[in-house]
Amino acid sequence: MTALELVCPAGTPAALKAAVSSGADAVYLGFRDATNARNFPGLNFSRDELQQGIDHAHDNGCKIFLAINTFPTAGDSTAWHQAVDDGASLGVDAVILADIGMLDYASRKHPDLRRHLSVQASASNPEAIRFYQDAFDVKRVVLPRVLSVAEIAALNKEIDVETEVFVFGGLCVMAEGRCALSSYATGQSPNTNGVCSPACAVRYDEDENGRMVSKLGDFTINAFEADEAAGYPTLCKGRFVANGEASYLFEDPVSLNAASILPDLAKAGVTGLKIEGRQRGKAYIAKVVTSFRRAVDSMDDGAVVETDLTEITEGQRKTAGAYQKTWR
Amino acid sequence: MNTTLVMGPVLFNWTPEDWRDFHFRMADEADVDVVCVGEVVCSKRAPFFEPYMADVIERLLAADKQVILSTLALIMNKREMKSVRDTAAIDEDNIIVEANDVSAVALLGGRPHAVGPFVNVYNEGTLAYLARNGARSVCLPVELGMDALGALAKDSPAELEVMVFGRLPLAISARCYHARAHGLHKDGCQYVCIEDADGMEVETLDGEPFLAINGVQTLSHAYTDLSAAVPDLLDLGIRRLRLSPHASVDMVAVSETYRAVIDGKTAPDEASERLSALAGDATFCNGYINNQTGYTFS
Repeated sequence: MTALELVCPAGTPAALKAAVSSGADAVYLGFRDATNARNFPGLNFSRDELQQGIDHAHDNGCKIFLAINTFPTAGDSTAWHQAVDDGASLGVDAVILADIGMLDYASRKHPDLRRHLSVQASASNPEAIRFYQDAFDVKRVVLPRVLSVAEIAALNKEIDVETEVFVFGGLCVMAEGRCALSSYATGQSPNTNGVCSPACAVRYDEDENGRMVSKLGDFTINAFEADEAAGYPTLCKGRFVANGEASYLFEDPVSLNAASILPDLAKAGVTGLKIEGRQRGKAYIAKVVTSFRRAVDSMDDGAVVETDLTEITEGQRKTAGAYQKTWR
Repeated sequence: MNTTLVMGPVLFNWTPEDWRDFHFRMADEADVDVVCVGEVVCSKRAPFFEPYMADVIERLLAADKQVILSTLALIMNKREMKSVRDTAAIDEDNIIVEANDVSAVALLGGRPHAVGPFVNVYNEGTLAYLARNGARSVCLPVELGMDALGALAKDSPAELEVMVFGRLPLAISARCYHARAHGLHKDGCQYVCIEDADGMEVETLDGEPFLAINGVQTLSHAYTDLSAAVPDLLDLGIRRLRLSPHASVDMVAVSETYRAVIDGKTAPDEASERLSALAGDATFCNGYINNQTGYTFS
């Protein structure tokens, strides 16, 4: 069994340094535009910042993966192609791509640049994964968060490419890269704009009963009593009414923590453990990465894995999510 | 050049007899050129209507409809993979298979096939690759606006198709929200989605109609109606228009209405009024094609 690689997020140079010093094996990040799926104001890297980030990471034995994982706009793919070209010339260790046209471009233009398949490509089965491997020589596939551990183990037996799975952070309940809920309500979507439920479309109002109401565009996503913690109105995490009953229709307010099943994931044959959260600050990154570094190292020693991250989970419950089939 | 009207696959869980009779009616009465047949959303439903599959295909072919076999959008286990492999292996002159996942794109590579709206085709690079791989037609993602459609239509190496009628498929998940809403587990779902032939309606907490649930799929509550955009689509060279089946709307009448718009016999605003009358309480949307928020209608 090869050592598990800890792949950590960075939305800023400070977060990158925190991830590196906390024991990340690789840091993934994106440019400051719509070419990556965390296109939030004030986040991400300029070309200069990326160059410095690469130097810092490489000096400390850490790799840099550049996420260019949105779908280029028809009629104007320039920014996306430029991002791949710049990543190659600056010396990133891999690019993380989702779009078939982009994979085609990168494999023809930069055959030696290592290519990972983004979770946004939603490759959930052996035929799809083999396609990306055969057609574009993809070396690693980030698996969609729709698979159980048993399904991942079965999948890894059928493919000959590295796999990477999410182990901590926000939990997409829909198949990634195949969700237009956000653009239906706000006009902006992960695939085209690199944002889901964008902050510019969020509003908080107080209703006549004194409840705090969170809105996304024109739609109410949730309402909170005075004693309830008000969460960010990510569309699929909201409360809606079906058959006359209000509920968290898609997902309870939980986020992913797969720390307790790291040995199962290792046995299932995964290579990379990915932490979500490029929008997070450096303190959060340091804490989560440190905790998972310890978990992975103690696992190598055959010790019991423990992580205590309750203090940074914002009161949310944690779940191993789709990795356990009961979640469905 | 003729315009092709496509009846998309039935997305909902209908009783096997309703499913069969709908397709028979499409064969006998609907003014459509192509009919898509097969389960796209949930692999658990397919065994129920499969006994009628051969009869349906035969009836459609006898009525000179092009038959497209649509495949699953999300494939997560060996059983689902096998069903897609089996369908992709069908190699008959008068039947085309539609890929709705990259796995099917791979399995169909090197021979003529269709690409459905669940494969992400957002730009010319992807379109060119898929056309080289054998895609003859590509039904585009629902969130594309007219600008993107125009860019893709320019010198397109495959026939482009746009969904013009029906609730928009917005998302797909491993999780079954129909089962969840009924307090059931996916594995023991009791096929409760059969209760909602056009999807389970979802409102916001303040009673605003918003979405519709169809098992593991989430759709828009509003029905897309792009009849007003048809002349522009035809001008761009987009010659395939897809209607998505609904139970509470007379799809034969919908197909006639769109055919009349295509032929210039009905003005788009008159068509919209007719569709509105056909669809009863339904609300409509066309925001995406106008480069606006998806749910809006103008």
